[in-house]
This record gives sequence, structure tokens and C-alpha cells, in this order.
Amino acid sequence: MTTSIDPPQVDSERTVSVTVNGVHREATVPVRRVLSDFLRDDLGLTGTHVGCAHGVCGSCTVMVDGDPVRSCLVLAVQVQGAQVTTVEGLARDDHQGGQVLHPVQEAFRECHALQCGFCTPGFLVTIAAGLEARDAAEEITEEEVDELVGGNLCRCTGYANIKKAVRHAAATMREDAR
Amino acid sequence: MTTKLFGEPVRRREDARLITGRGRYLDDIGAGALAAAFVRSPHAHARVLDVDVEAALDVEGLVAVYTYEDLTGPMAEPLPVLIPHPQLHAPRTGYPLANGVVNHVGEPVVMVVATDRYVAEDAAERIVVTYEELPVVVGVDAAREARAAVHEDVPDNVAARHHQETGDVEPALAAAPHTLSFTQYIERSACMPLEGKGVHARWDADDASLRVYSSTQASTSVRAAIAAKLELSLDRVEVIAPDVGGGFGVKIVHPWPEELLVPMAAIRLGREVKWAEDRREHFISSAHERQQRQEITVGYDDDGRITALDVHVWHDNGAYTPYGIIVPIVTATQLVGPYAIPVYRVVVESVFTNTVIVTPYRGAGRPQGCYAMERTMDRIADDLGLDRAEVRRRNLITPDQFPYDHHLTFQDGRPVIYDSGDYPGLLDKLVALVGWDEAGALRADARSRGKMLGVGMALYVEGTGPGPYEGGHVQVLGSGKVLVSTGLTSQGQGHETVFAQIVASELGVPIEDVEVHTGDTRRFGYAVGTFASRAAVMSGNAVALAARGVREKAIRIAADVLEANPEDLEIDEGLVQVRGTPGASIPLRTVAVLSNPLRYAFDEAAKQATQFAKAGSDDKPPVAEGDAPGLEHRDYYSPIRSTFASGAHAAVVEIDPATWEIDVVRYAVVHDCGNVVNPMIVEGQVHGGVAQGVGGALYERMAYDADGQLQNASFMDFLMPYASEVPDIAIDHQETPSPLNPLGIKGAGEAGVIPGTAAIASAIEDAVGRRITSMPISPTELYDLMRNETAERTQASLQTGVPA
Repeated sequence: MTTSIDPPQVDSERTVSVTVNGVHREATVPVRRVLSDFLRDDLGLTGTHVGCAHGVCGSCTVMVDGDPVRSCLVLAVQVQGAQVTTVEGLARDDHQGGQVLHPVQEAFRECHALQCGFCTPGFLVTIAAGLEARDAAEEITEEEVDELVGGNLCRCTGYANIKKAVRHAAATMREDAR
Repeated sequence: MTTKLFGEPVRRREDARLITGRGRYLDDIGAGALAAAFVRSPHAHARVLDVDVEAALDVEGLVAVYTYEDLTGPMAEPLPVLIPHPQLHAPRTGYPLANGVVNHVGEPVVMVVATDRYVAEDAAERIVVTYEELPVVVGVDAAREARAAVHEDVPDNVAARHHQETGDVEPALAAAPHTLSFTQYIERSACMPLEGKGVHARWDADDASLRVYSSTQASTSVRAAIAAKLELSLDRVEVIAPDVGGGFGVKIVHPWPEELLVPMAAIRLGREVKWAEDRREHFISSAHERQQRQEITVGYDDDGRITALDVHVWHDNGAYTPYGIIVPIVTATQLVGPYAIPVYRVVVESVFTNTVIVTPYRGAGRPQGCYAMERTMDRIADDLGLDRAEVRRRNLITPDQFPYDHHLTFQDGRPVIYDSGDYPGLLDKLVALVGWDEAGALRADARSRGKMLGVGMALYVEGTGPGPYEGGHVQVLGSGKVLVSTGLTSQGQGHETVFAQIVASELGVPIEDVEVHTGDTRRFGYAVGTFASRAAVMSGNAVALAARGVREKAIRIAADVLEANPEDLEIDEGLVQVRGTPGASIPLRTVAVLSNPLRYAFDEAAKQATQFAKAGSDDKPPVAEGDAPGLEHRDYYSPIRSTFASGAHAAVVEIDPATWEIDVVRYAVVHDCGNVVNPMIVEGQVHGGVAQGVGGALYERMAYDADGQLQNASFMDFLMPYASEVPDIAIDHQETPSPLNPLGIKGAGEAGVIPGTAAIASAIEDAVGRRITSMPISPTELYDLMRNETAERTQASLQTGVPA
């Protein structure tokens, strides 16, 4: 399919409407604004971090319609109309005015799976997306654990405790699924 | 006591905010601030002939452009030489913005400030700088040859010649029954924290004060440097290290040009200005470490005991020497490791190259020293046909030899006197943990699968916790909250947790009541910084001393109120009580209220301390002589010299002779950092260090071409370990407390990384039977080595004929 479009000027603007963490958000931004900057600078959600800005480290990972996406490689205008989940949206309301952490957040704290914490939001979102996409009742395999943590860089932890946290979170979700 | 938390794997107190996206890293601060971007040199060595900003001026949103011409006063002078040393005979530093010459790719030439980073980069792109290229020096060998000079006035490229010796090495070598001489190389890697550097500055013109946030390891010294360079009174400047996304050494260097230029722009523009380093900037304009050429001559007897060691290191310090010769000194002094070396001479020539500066990266010269010493042990073992563990054992300092004086001078200017340790104990544990004596079976098993297997080990001693000092302040509020502050900064080490554990234990309060603040000059103005595995030793002891001061005062006040003997009082769970007398107690928060005699009752609790409520002698002033209001204490810990942690690592590697892929299949660590405050955190430090060690041994290198262009300045090309590259790590602990400090602790931050390169080189050599003389080593390099007919074979492989 060939579509002819006018090349947009870098300073041309579009209004982007998205649902972020369950809340409708809208901002008018230059078309070249990448999603990570849109979330951080236009919507004030600074939990999403930019570690390399070229799609390798995974710190900026967010969910777009449930799938983990490197928000530094996506333009804000590309997520028009989508459901975006950032680290700020992983916890759920407990309906008593507080929040319940996602099992993977709990597991990261329990297993000392973070040190400086900069890459952590990307890991949390990637792992949460992966765990939510699998059958929680099934025991997690080492191959699955490796797959879930294998695409993100961490310079502090050496990954051992991140893997441990994935196992821990999967076990919690398995327990909850019973 | 229920509040004894020292030594417990307490969950981290910083995690709640970091796992929910509520961390506050540099780039999370200052929404709406102006953004800075830099025009950086594309050449490794050039004269700047002209800077034409004309084309940038049309960019909508441009606010300001600065070149060297715009710098005034101390800003127009070279950046400071942070750590001067008499043997650093040719110190050189750059300018905040290039002054006529650039000496490495990435050196800042122009700063652009605009409404946002996109616009700032648009403008920066349009600025035309005209350069006249100059000859380029890359690598230690080129620097030695000195066919070109990095700095015109240093024609031999030698910045420093660091020299230490413990005896007359030449006759000792001449008298040695055996000698060996060899040369080996180690390449550059870098800290690569996931968060780059960054600076945010806000000038309050009415108050004439500057607040700077910097992703730094040394906020107090950044503050002093900004005050000096921008000619501000120190009291008008505050510097705060917010949450810092990793440091590993690179953020101890300061002031970075951006740390001065961003505040300068904020003052001149009267607007908030921010710069957050991008990844490419971090590669080409921050700092690297590790590159050395090592020429080693060792003398030893028939049993493999070293009688003399002579080491000549050529150390690449990059284009400038802002951090002095700390890395060379650390290599020189930590090289000897856990061994008794009767006569030792070391010369480190620190040379200029047209590359990014070399300053401490986790280990800070120790991995190189360990690589020199441990590979020497391997050579001796191979030459004499002895087991590598046995040769090491014969050379170890024994537990009865402490304190052990190496007669060397350490990086803190103090003698290298090991405080305590049990090195044979470490080695025994390591041999058991990795299964050293069963290597033959592992080898046979691998062979049956068509793989080559090798084992290697490396031991180290790490000087940790160097002075001059750190301080701590502990204050109990009337609410019962205990505020702890220290000037030293945090980059993920869990200081909020470990310092809280220490204070909660010392003071006898629940850890939930303790709140720790680090790296904020508003709270604590005196500090040195976070480096050399010193935080737990230095600030840990400082906050312990401060807590003891508070405890003493609390007991004195409570004894007065309870009409008890101070010696009978204890504090537990925030309650000061008479030991063994239930009911005779007073909450610490009430003691805090009473410690501050009041005129005004601003709340219910305060009433107790007002002038008509409080009982007291009419003959004494409300605040006794020599006393001060408030339940708080400030104290400092200043050590006589460094503590010395130690450890031993072993690696088992499997090599696939079809692809020459090197797989670390087993990794064992025995670790001794004295008393452990939080074993969970120490283990995390070891894990992270080992990952960096494996990266440095097998994957990471700074690939400069002959023109000084860094060919792999991205995470696509510079290979940091993902989870798939890091082996499972078996850890065993040993605790030999330090006699030098009240808590008996030694540092743990860098330990994991130090022996990685040495142990893995040893394992690969064991597997393939070829001398490994340059690290890191890639599968391609190993393939080339195996195909090279002239490559040196180990004696072991010649005797067994295996592997061919």
C-alpha cells in the first residue's frame, strides 16, 4: 500500500489524545515529539525514564494497548487513541483510598531487585506485561524468566535478583489465580 | 532489644518511591526549565579557528548561545586539577568551553540554551565551527612513541611518573632462582550508569542565591567549585544530589563543564536551565577507565614464593588529568593484593591521549592491579608445574601478620597497612565453593560434549573507606521522627536503609521513625563524596557517632526527669526506660520536646517544655553551660587510614571450539567486608560488581579508531551484559571486623568487579592452553589467537598436549 502524505514540518503540531493509566489525556505537541518525552514533559509522568534514547536499554518501556513498547522510539502521534500504561499505572486502587502494588512491584522490593532504580520502571512494565499475557496458573519456567528480563539493561544488580523477583511475582500471581 | 537491626537483611526504604515511578532523578526536576545542548568537537585534536553562530539565531525558541568568548573571570580559566600530586608533573585540564584547542571528540565548544531540548539541538546543529585538524594520539603505545603530542608543551605525552618501591628490586631479582618477564594489556571500559549526568540550576535574583541539582557523587564539592568559579559566596549556593541513576565513579569527577555552565546561564538569564546528558554525550564526553600496558618482571623460588616484583605500567589518562593520578596510585598500591611481596617496585607512567578522560570506574585501578598480580601467579604456577591455588597459598599474608605494612603510600596519602583479614580462609572457602579440585571431572565432561573447559581464580585486597572524613547529624523531633543526614551522596547503594539501620540500632528506635537524607548541602555542608567503597565505613560510622551523642543527651535529660541514675537507663523502641523497672519510662519524643526550653507552646506537646511547666533549678540557666537546645548531635568520623576488605573469585568457562564463544558457566565469590550492616544489600553489590567484571572481561571496550573517533558510542555497539551474559553467582561470606572503626566495617561497593578480568583470563588460558595477554577478549580474538602459530602455549598445555 502506498500512501502519499505531505512531509510534516518539524514544528507542525498535532493534538494527541490517549488514555494513560486509565485517565484520558490530551496535549498539543510538535509531531516529532517522541512518546517518552510526551509522557514525561507534556503529561508530567516522569516515572518513565530515558536511558539511551535509541531503543536498546528498555528503561523507557511502557505498555501500549497491553504490549511493551520502547517509548523513546515511538512518536507521540503514533499512539493516538491508544491505552498507555506507565509505571505509575501498575498499582491498582484498593477501593479504600489507597493503592495495591502490582505483584511485580511487590516482588522487586521483596527480592532487592533494584539498586539505583533508574532502569526499574522499564523492567517492571516489561515484566508486568509479560506476566499478564501468560496463563498465571502455570508455573513459570526458567526460559520464560530469561525471556522476560532478557531485553532490558541494568547496570547495578547483575540481574540475579531481578530474575528472582520475576519468579516471586509469578508465584504470587499463580497463588492469586487459584 | 527489638530494635537491633544492624546485620539484618532489612528491605530497602528507598524502594517504595522507586518502584512506583515517584523517584526524583535529575531530569524529573524542573519541568518547564530552559534546556541546554552542546556543540561538541567532532575531532580528536584540532584548533578551533572560528565559531559561526549566525545560522542558529533564526531558530525560534533560541534563548542564548555561549562560547569561550563569553566566559569571564575564573570561568575563563582551566578547570581545576582536583587532586594535585607532586608526581603529577604535567597536569592539564580543559576549559568549560574549548579555548582554541580541542583534545578529544566530544569536548564542549558551544552551549546553546533554548525553550526545550529539541529546539536547543536544532540551533546547535546550525552552528558552524571551523577546525584545523592536528595529529592525533590514541592508545598507550602511540602515546609512548610520542610521534605527536596531545599537549604542545608536553612533548613526551607523560603527565605523571608515579613511583614506589619497598626495597632494592634489581639485586633481589638477580638473586632470584627463577625470573619471568612479560607484557600484558587491559582495555578501556566505562561506568555507564543508566542515567547520564545532568544539571538543573535555579537562580533566585531577589535572594541572590543559587540552587543546583546535579546527578553527582560529590555535592558538597560541586557546591564549592560552583561558588569559586562563578564568584559566589559559598552560603549563596546549595547543591543537591537528587535520586541518582547510578554512578560507579564517573559522577565523582567535578566540576564537569556543564555543572558550571548551566548555573552560569541560569544566573545570566534569570531562568531555570537544565541539561540532561544523552547517551552519546556520555560515551564521548564523560569518562572511561582501565586502559594500561603492564610490563612485569617477577623473581621467585623453587616453591613459587615471590622474592621480588618489578612492574612498569603505562596508563592511558586520556586528554586531561582532572582527577590527578588516583587511578595509577591505586593500581600501584593495590597490585600486591593479599600477598607478602618482599621487594616491590612499581612505576606508573600516566600518558596523555586524544581520548575521553580516564577517571575512576568502580574498582578505580584495582582491576588492573589485580590482573597484573594474579596473572603473575598463574605464570609462576605454570612455569613450576604447580597448582595455581597452591602458588597463591604459599604467598599469602597469614592472619598472624596483621596489621601488615606494605611500606607503600595509598591514594589517601596514608600508609598501606592492612588492618585485618584471613586470606588463607578466603582461599579455602573459594576452593570448596567452586569445586576447584574437581576441575578435572568438569573438564572431561565438557570434552565429552565437544567443549573446552577451564577454571581460573583471582584474589584481591581492596583499600576501602579512605578519609579524610565524613559527618553525620542526627536529630530527634518532638514528633518522634529521627532525622539523619550526611553530606555524602547515594547512587543506589541503599544508604537510606543502611544508615537508618545503624541509627535505629544505636539509638534504640523503630526504623520506621528514622528518615535519612544524603547529598544535600542544605542539610549537611561538610562531606567528601561517595567513592572507594567508603560510604558505609565513613558515613556509617559518622551517623553512629552522632546517634551515640543523641543517645547520651537523651539519657541525661531523661535521668533528670525520671530521677534515675543515667547508667540505669536504656532506650528501646523509642522509649527511655529504667532497666528492669516497667513503667519508669519517658518517650524519646518527649525528651526531644524537653530538650528545647520554650516560652511559647505552639502545640500540645510543646506545653511540657514551656517556662511555667518545666521544673528546674532556679540556680541554673534553662540551657546549661556547654549544652545546646534540641535533641540532636553532629559528629564526624575521620579514620587514621583506610580499611582493607578482601575477597576471592573463581570462574569456570566453557568454550565452543566451533564458534569460540566463551561462556562463564560457574562463578564463585568469597567476600570479606568486615561486619555487614545489611547482607541483602552487600550481596546485591557483589552481584552487580560481578556483572560489570564479566562485561569488562568479555564484552566491553571503547573502540577508538586511529583518528580518535569512538566507533561504538551507543548501546547498540558497546556491549554491556544483559541478563543472558551474567552467570549465576555462588557467594560465601567471611567476616573479619576492622579494628579501625567503631562499627568494625569495611567497604563493599567495588569488590565484585575487581578480580573478574583476572579470573576469567586465567580460566580461558586454562581452557585453551594459549597465553592470554590482552583483555577483554572476544570470540573473534580468541579464534585469531588459536590460529596464530606463534601464539605462546602454556607449559601445562605443552606437557599434557591438551588442548591441541
